[in-house]
Amino acid sequence: MQTVFEKTPGLTDAVLHYCPGCTHGIIHRLVAEVYTELGVSDRTIGVAPVGCAVMAYDYFNCDVVQAAHGRAPAVATGIKRARPDTVVFTYQGDGDLAAIGTAETIHAAARGENITVIFVNNAIYGMTGGQMAPTTMPGQITQTSPYGRDPAVAGYPLRMCELLATVDGAAYLERVSADSVKNIRAAKQAIRRAFECQLAGRGFALVEVLSTCPTNWGLEPVKALDWLRENMIPYYPLGVYKDSARDGKEAAQ
Amino acid sequence: MSEKVLMKGNEAIAEAAIRAGCRHFFGYPITPQTEVAAYMARRMPKVDGLYLQAESEIAAINMVLGASAAGVRAMTSSSSPGIALKSEGLSYLAGCDLPALVVNVQRGGPGLGGIQPSQSDYFQATRGAGHGDFHLLVLAPNSIQEMVDLTYLAFELADRYRVTAMLLADGILGQMMEPVSLPDPAAADLPPKDWAVTGTGGKRLHNIVNSLYLKPEDLEATNLARYEKYAVIQRREARHEAFLLDDADIVVAAYGASARIAKNAILAARAEGIRAGLLRPVTLWPFPKAAFAQAAKTARAFVTVEMSMGQMIEDVELSVRCAKPVTLCSRVGGMVPAPEQILESIRQAAGGAK
Ligand SMILES: Cc1ncc(C[n+]2csc(CCOP(=O)(O)OP(=O)(O)O)c2C)c(N)n1
Ligand code: SF4
Repeated sequence: MQTVFEKTPGLTDAVLHYCPGCTHGIIHRLVAEVYTELGVSDRTIGVAPVGCAVMAYDYFNCDVVQAAHGRAPAVATGIKRARPDTVVFTYQGDGDLAAIGTAETIHAAARGENITVIFVNNAIYGMTGGQMAPTTMPGQITQTSPYGRDPAVAGYPLRMCELLATVDGAAYLERVSADSVKNIRAAKQAIRRAFECQLAGRGFALVEVLSTCPTNWGLEPVKALDWLRENMIPYYPLGVYKDSARDGKEAAQ
Repeated sequence: MSEKVLMKGNEAIAEAAIRAGCRHFFGYPITPQTEVAAYMARRMPKVDGLYLQAESEIAAINMVLGASAAGVRAMTSSSSPGIALKSEGLSYLAGCDLPALVVNVQRGGPGLGGIQPSQSDYFQATRGAGHGDFHLLVLAPNSIQEMVDLTYLAFELADRYRVTAMLLADGILGQMMEPVSLPDPAAADLPPKDWAVTGTGGKRLHNIVNSLYLKPEDLEATNLARYEKYAVIQRREARHEAFLLDDADIVVAAYGASARIAKNAILAARAEGIRAGLLRPVTLWPFPKAAFAQAAKTARAFVTVEMSMGQMIEDVELSVRCAKPVTLCSRVGGMVPAPEQILESIRQAAGGAK
């Protein structure tokens, strides 16, 4: 009998606690597959956020530190500087990375910190029950924007890849989406390149993964994927925002 | 290097930390501790170490947490307002049972306060370092030599008990110069850091450094275990200095720079025929309760001398169980108590001005 699909040994056997249809689980698998396939799982150290992925330490089958809300890039900095031979990644939601941890994110990038950041953008605070996030769309209804996010009061969503693209220390920035088989394949490639960026010592790499929160969006899983495609992708265009390897090559031509 | 060299307090801390094997320093500038950072920035690259200037005290303490979780000796230093920002990280360090050294060269507050010396962070250090039930191990040097010795001790105890240690100094000690000797710290037999995140190396299950326990039973169990450890620390590690204490009627309680000034006042009181002595806590947590309880058996009264509105006085009162009167002699806001003021407080405690 031929095995067509196997759970990656990069994940433990623990049962994921994510809601049905939540794309966090897929993104976990992609990250774990990548460090496993690169053959570095025995020297990989993850940093878990505060957010729905807080218990990522039970799922990633590598050493993991659980960080305070938003501080994962600072914790990752400490780990990587103490053990430069390890492969260090953070896994963070949008509230974690783009609100409370904005300073830690931008300055880790500015330092060219040689770490890989997996940024799960689901346009909402999932863990606390669906409040407005820095990435919540204009007009989007959440528990704390019950009449829809009004930019006149609540301001505008942050586009982190675009923002970080202006930072010299950022080496690799790509936005992908976990909404379809094709996009999930592309997401894995992006995550792989972000880890390879670190292995090559090129500096800060971040992959933003557009993700769903069916529970707090109040949508069934399939409808949530449609909502992501229809609302998020136009506002958060997919693509590579920076690739120092590519840009460097281009410059050399 | 055990011959004496003349050093500023802040620089002595930094050099001692390097000698204690610390190669990872994360900081953010603030007066009056800046010389620690400047010294580290100068020295660390020469010893294959790291000085990293963080974007904030919040980031710095979390970098310390990461480095400590990865199993190395790591530290940060700051002054009062910056320590406030480190509260979150200090609580996480405790929740993760991680060793680290945090230096607080205190200045006056609250708010932006001033940049002159103070001891008004006693509560913050010994009771309110962050949310949740936990303690820092708090060491209070009163000379430049002790800044060196206690830095060595802080790293050793932090590693031994998996706790974060705070060196609580003040602007006077930070800026003062004295001759010190910097012998290499004695080798200590410390437990292996087999809990650290180093990469599994394919040889063990994954290590997890974490402070989240969603089941109340589990979280309670971690708190109880931590407090058992604290009980051991309280039994074994409380330290104090006694000066003319044996026959003292009036016991002056003071730590850090205040204790230095108090010594002069005590000698002056003795010259007037008042039997005064000093009980100086070297560890503020654990507080040397037993020494105070012992002194309370024979002393008539206690005077605490603090550059605060009266913070350590609570621990003195608790330790003597209010069996003897305890009065406060203080200056705040960057003002320093003069020996005459302390002498007057001693006289009053002894039964009125002479
Ligand atoms: C200092 C602090 N503030 C607030 C919280 C509460 N909190 C927990 S998770 C969270 C938001 C998480 O949202 P996000 O980062 O978008 O991740 P998601 O849950 O959507 O994956 C907040 C505000 C906290 N734990 N700590
Ligand atoms: S609350 Fe949202 S983000 Fe969190 S697990 Fe459920 S669906 Fe996923």
